[in-house]
Amino acid sequence: MEAVEVRGAPRAIVAVGPRHRVREVGAAILFLAPSLVLFALFTFWPLIRTFVLSFYGNDIIGRPTLFVGTSQYRQLLSSPTMRETLVATGLFALMTVIPSLLLGLALALLLQARIAGIGVFRTLLATPFAFSVATASVIFAIFYNPGVGVFNGFLQLLHQPPVGWLTSPTAALPSVAIASVWLQLGYNVLVLSAGLQAVPDEVYEAARLDGARGLALLRHVTLPLLTPSLFFLLVVTTIISLQSFGQIHILTRGGPANATTTLVYAIYYNSFAFGNSNFGLSSAMAAVLFVIVVAITSIQFGLLERRVFYR
Amino acid sequence: MTRALGRALTYALMVAVTFVLLFPLLYAISGSLMSAQELSRYPPALLPSRPQLSSFHDVLQAIPLARQYLNSAVVAIAVTIGQLATAALSAYAFAFLRFPLRNLAFGVFLATMMIPWEAVIIPNYLFMSSNGLINTYPALILPFLAAGFGTFLLRQFFLSFPRDLYEAALVDGCGHLRFLWTILVPLSRPALASLGIYAFLQTWNQYFWPLLVTKTSTMQTLQIGISSLRDTEAATAPNFILAGVVLALIPTLLLIYVGQRHIVRGLTSGAIRG
Repeated sequence: MEAVEVRGAPRAIVAVGPRHRVREVGAAILFLAPSLVLFALFTFWPLIRTFVLSFYGNDIIGRPTLFVGTSQYRQLLSSPTMRETLVATGLFALMTVIPSLLLGLALALLLQARIAGIGVFRTLLATPFAFSVATASVIFAIFYNPGVGVFNGFLQLLHQPPVGWLTSPTAALPSVAIASVWLQLGYNVLVLSAGLQAVPDEVYEAARLDGARGLALLRHVTLPLLTPSLFFLLVVTTIISLQSFGQIHILTRGGPANATTTLVYAIYYNSFAFGNSNFGLSSAMAAVLFVIVVAITSIQFGLLERRVFYR
Repeated sequence: MTRALGRALTYALMVAVTFVLLFPLLYAISGSLMSAQELSRYPPALLPSRPQLSSFHDVLQAIPLARQYLNSAVVAIAVTIGQLATAALSAYAFAFLRFPLRNLAFGVFLATMMIPWEAVIIPNYLFMSSNGLINTYPALILPFLAAGFGTFLLRQFFLSFPRDLYEAALVDGCGHLRFLWTILVPLSRPALASLGIYAFLQTWNQYFWPLLVTKTSTMQTLQIGISSLRDTEAATAPNFILAGVVLALIPTLLLIYVGQRHIVRGLTSGAIRG
C-alpha cells in the first residue's frame, strides 16, 4: 500500500519510510503525553474516584473509608430533601435556559438592523460575557438588597410593595435565575448573531422576491436556518445551568429553606459548608450530575458531527 | 420621511436595549464613584453628584486586593500559556502525525469536554489536600493546563493547511517541533488568539475551585476576595464593593471589546467547559 503511495508521489518517499514511521509514532507519543498525563491525573482518575467514593461513607475520624454499598444512592433517591434539590435544579434550568435563549434571539435579531454604527452595538451587547459569576452576583446582590436595592426602589416608584427577592422562598430561585440569565446573555447574543450573519444575503433576497415579509420571513427562513445555533445553545446553556454554583453561593447560600439548593450546590454543601465533610454523599451526587451531563452532551456531539465539516 | 423616522426609531430602540443590558455595568461604575450614603439613598441615585475615588482606596484597605489581583493574573496567565502549549502539541499530533489508535486517542480528548468539573471536584480537592497543595498556586493552576476544547479548536485550524506544507517541511529536514514552532504557530495566530482569550477569561472568572483550595486572603483570587466582601460590608458600604468589581472587570472587558472577532471565531467550535 505504501509502495503505491510512493509511486504516485515521488517526493513522499522520505515521508513514508519505515524509519520515519517509527519516528512519527514517537513524536506523536511525546506530543500527546503532556495532555494525556494531565487528563489522567485531573480528569479521568478523579472521575473513577468519584464513582468509588460514592460507595463509601465516613469513618470515625471523618475519612471516606467505610464501604456502604449503594446506600447513598438509595438515600438520594428516597430522601425528600434530595427530591427538592433535583426539582430546584430542573426549575432553575428551565428558568435560565429558555429566557436566555429567547432574549438572546431577540437581541441578535435586533442586531441585524442595517444602520450605521451597528458594530458598536454588537460589541456592547456582548458585555455580560466579560462578567464572572462573582462580579455579576455581587452586583445583583446589591440590586436585590431589600432596603436600598435598585429593584425595590423601582417598585416603590411604581407604588408596588417591596419584594423579598432573595429572602422569600418563592422569589429566591427566580431571582438567582434572573442574574444567571443576564450573565448568559452576552454569550448567547454572540453565538446567535454569528449564526444570523452566516446566512447569505441572497437567501433573504430570494425569500423577499417570493413575497416573504416580516414575521413570515422570520418563521420560514431565518429560524429554520438558525436551528443549528439554537440547538447548540440549548445544549450548552442547559449544561452551564446544571453546573451553576457561584450565583447560588453568593446570593442565597442555597436558602431560604433550601429553595435554591441545586445539585451542584448540594455537592458543595455536604462536603465543604459548615464543617461538613460528607465526601461520599457528595460523590454520589456528582456521579448523578455526570450521568445527566453526559446524556445531554452526547446529543450535542451527535449534532455537531453532522454540522461541522472537519476535513 | 418614513424611512428617516424608521431609522430614528431603530436607533432609539437600540440605545434603550443597550442601556438596559449594560445597566449592571453602568451601575457598578457609577456606584463605585459615589459615597456610601449617596449609593444607599432613596430614591436610588443613578449618577454620582460629586464623583470621588475614595471607594477604590477603601477596597484596597479592606482586602489585599493588589495581591489578589496578582494571584488572579499569575494563575490566568499560567493556565493560558499552558493550555496553548499542550493544545498546540496535541492538535499537531492529531492533524499531521499518523500513529496507531489515533481516533481512539482523539475520542479520549473529546470525552474530557463531556466531564463537568463539578463531577470530579471532590477527588481533585482530596488530591490537593493529601499532597499539601491547598492554598498554593499549583492547586489553582495544574488541573487546567490541558484542554480538550483547545485541542479540538487548533486541530480544526491545522487541518485547514495543505498537507503539502507539512511534507515539504519534513523533506527539507525540518523536525516536527521546529515545523510547529516556526511555521504553524505564526500561521495559526488567529486560532491561538481565540483559545488564549477563552482560557484567560475562563480562568480569571473561576469561582468554585479557587473558593475550595484557597484558605487565606493573600492566596485568594480576585473573584473570591470581592465576593467575600459581600458577607461583611454589603449592607453598609456597597460603593467600595463596586469599586472592587470594576477593578476585577477591567481585563475581561478589554478582552471582550478588543478581541471580539477572535471570540466569535471560537464560539461554535465546541462547548466551553464551565
